[in-house]
Amino acid sequence: MTSLVLVEHEGGQVKDATLATVTAATKLGDVHLLVAGQGVGAVTEAAAKIAGVGKVLAADDASLAHNLAENVAPLVAGLMASYDAFVTPATTTGKNIAPRVAALLDVMQISDILSVEGADTFTRPIYAGNAIATVKSSDAKKVITVRTTAFEKAAASGGSGTVETVTGAGDKGISSFVGAELSKSERPELTSAKIIVSGGRAFGSSDQFHSLLDPLADKLKAGVGASRAAVDAGYAPNDYQVGQTGKIVAPEVYIAIGISGAIQHLAGMKDSKTIVAINKDEDAPIFQVADVGLVGDLFKIVPELTEKL
Amino acid sequence: MKLLVAVKRVIDFNVKPRVKADGTGVDLANVKMSMNPFDEIAVEEAIRLKEKGAATEIVAVSIGPAKAQETLRTALAMGADRAILIQTDDEVEPLAVAKLLAKVTEEEQPGLVILGKQAIDDDSNQTGQMLAALLGWPQGTFASKVELSGDKVDVTREVDGGLETVKLSTPAVVTTDLRLNEPRYASLPNIMKAKSKPLATKAPADYGVDTAPRLQTLKVAEPPKRSAGVKVADVDELIGKLKTLGVVA
Ligand SMILES: Cc1cc2nc3c(=O)[nH]c(=O)nc-3n(C[C@H](O)[C@H](O)[C@H](O)COP(=O)(O)OP(=O)(O)OC[C@H]3O[C@@H](n4cnc5c(N)ncnc54)[C@H](O)[C@@H]3O)c2cc1C
Repeated sequence: MTSLVLVEHEGGQVKDATLATVTAATKLGDVHLLVAGQGVGAVTEAAAKIAGVGKVLAADDASLAHNLAENVAPLVAGLMASYDAFVTPATTTGKNIAPRVAALLDVMQISDILSVEGADTFTRPIYAGNAIATVKSSDAKKVITVRTTAFEKAAASGGSGTVETVTGAGDKGISSFVGAELSKSERPELTSAKIIVSGGRAFGSSDQFHSLLDPLADKLKAGVGASRAAVDAGYAPNDYQVGQTGKIVAPEVYIAIGISGAIQHLAGMKDSKTIVAINKDEDAPIFQVADVGLVGDLFKIVPELTEKL
Repeated sequence: MKLLVAVKRVIDFNVKPRVKADGTGVDLANVKMSMNPFDEIAVEEAIRLKEKGAATEIVAVSIGPAKAQETLRTALAMGADRAILIQTDDEVEPLAVAKLLAKVTEEEQPGLVILGKQAIDDDSNQTGQMLAALLGWPQGTFASKVELSGDKVDVTREVDGGLETVKLSTPAVVTTDLRLNEPRYASLPNIMKAKSKPLATKAPADYGVDTAPRLQTLKVAEPPKRSAGVKVADVDELIGKLKTLGVVA
């Protein structure tokens, strides 16, 4: 069985999410990669070095520059004649493209897999991770998105894949990229950070969110996350949101500050190795999953913690 | 232009789901059910487009059991004009839902189909993208802003790195994210009025769609449980703990 894995890349670099996805795909058999984009020479070279990769297909075209699903999905669907499975990370890019591929192939996608139990059997979270379903697919070809926190990263070097050029059908002419407002940060990305400090509604304003959390994050070299309530209130941008419908994270340490612990939030962080919670309400549900809890006022605790670290 | 919105009846987001003891699924007996929150946002967006004069009619469609009528009545009470229930007691997977919606779309010819980005029960996040593929339409997924102008729609999308805007030709499919709008509550007079709005009931067979599942659920289990740890008394003790964890030197 051979899988085609979509490489997620940015600025000429392969993203970590791809490495975990390669590990998941390896459990199904041989792994080939697809690099789609414009000017993808460097990424293709880097992708060929990922351990365990057999072949890298490079599709270099202006129509593929911004991951438009309308243009990428037909390219993938065409290539799938030679593959048994199409696998992407369950990132916003993967979630946008994979179902479009699945429908073109008349396949029911298996979303967000946590494990590979066999060639056609997988586990996946449902109901905000409050249940884990084991599902068996009867489709001849599989389309799969991978929860990247559930798989170790494949080594980024040591492989020696061969590169092959492929061409897509070009621009479908029904969609175009207008622009992006990407959060710029020197901090580690949430999905790969070892430590995350995360703030909730309790911060009360964007100013207080950043003036309290940023120095703490700097001291710990941590990424910064937020609850939905904090994002909705404008304290933090949308890409900070951790949860069922935001980012799924599993750092070594997750420090939840002024976050109540709604099931939708827990869904995004409860696989963290150690959870620390700071909350003034000793009955807050977050304490039910926290390894270390401190009851008290964050406006006192956070500055003191930052200072003493 | 006409707008089609798809809504699903799911467990209420405030309810903590419990796995059935026999491992066949999640216990939904006597559990509060509501419209999927992302679909409420889809209905709200359609209503706002109509209020702005950008749309003329809103058709809400649901695929599910007879009780999904209640979900459609909620959409009608919020402001949809009419509803279609494709009634079935079987579990219908996103691919089959997308096929049914594609048939309804061919019949209704809307300029936009608006759906929630994911349902909070199966968390699949697929239906809108699949529908767009089946129709050959463009897709604006995880939308936090939708702007119609002429025969184009600009969709701002919530992506992992921040926000991204795409321009799509209409007709198009849009899936909603949390920040698109805040759905209204239906007023009592509108709830009363909704009772007399048209609601058509159909069956999957009426559309000639095979809804046989492709995925078989072998087992549903509880996730590994985390247990509450220790409470520390103050910041010094917290730092002590962080040190034993090796987080700080
Ligand atoms: C469809 C849907 C999807 C959702 N997806 C997500 C998601 O992906 N991620 C997510 O996070 N949420 C999500 N939610 C929202 C979720 O249900 C909660 O509303 C949200 O997580 C609450 O955020 P919060 O904990 O910051 O706020 P609150 O629940 O208001 O909690 C604030 C906490 O701060 C504490 N506090 C207040 N003041 C202080 C102080 N001075 N010092 C210390 N503690 C203090 C309070 O005791 C309280 O526990 C979703 C909801 C829906 C309906």
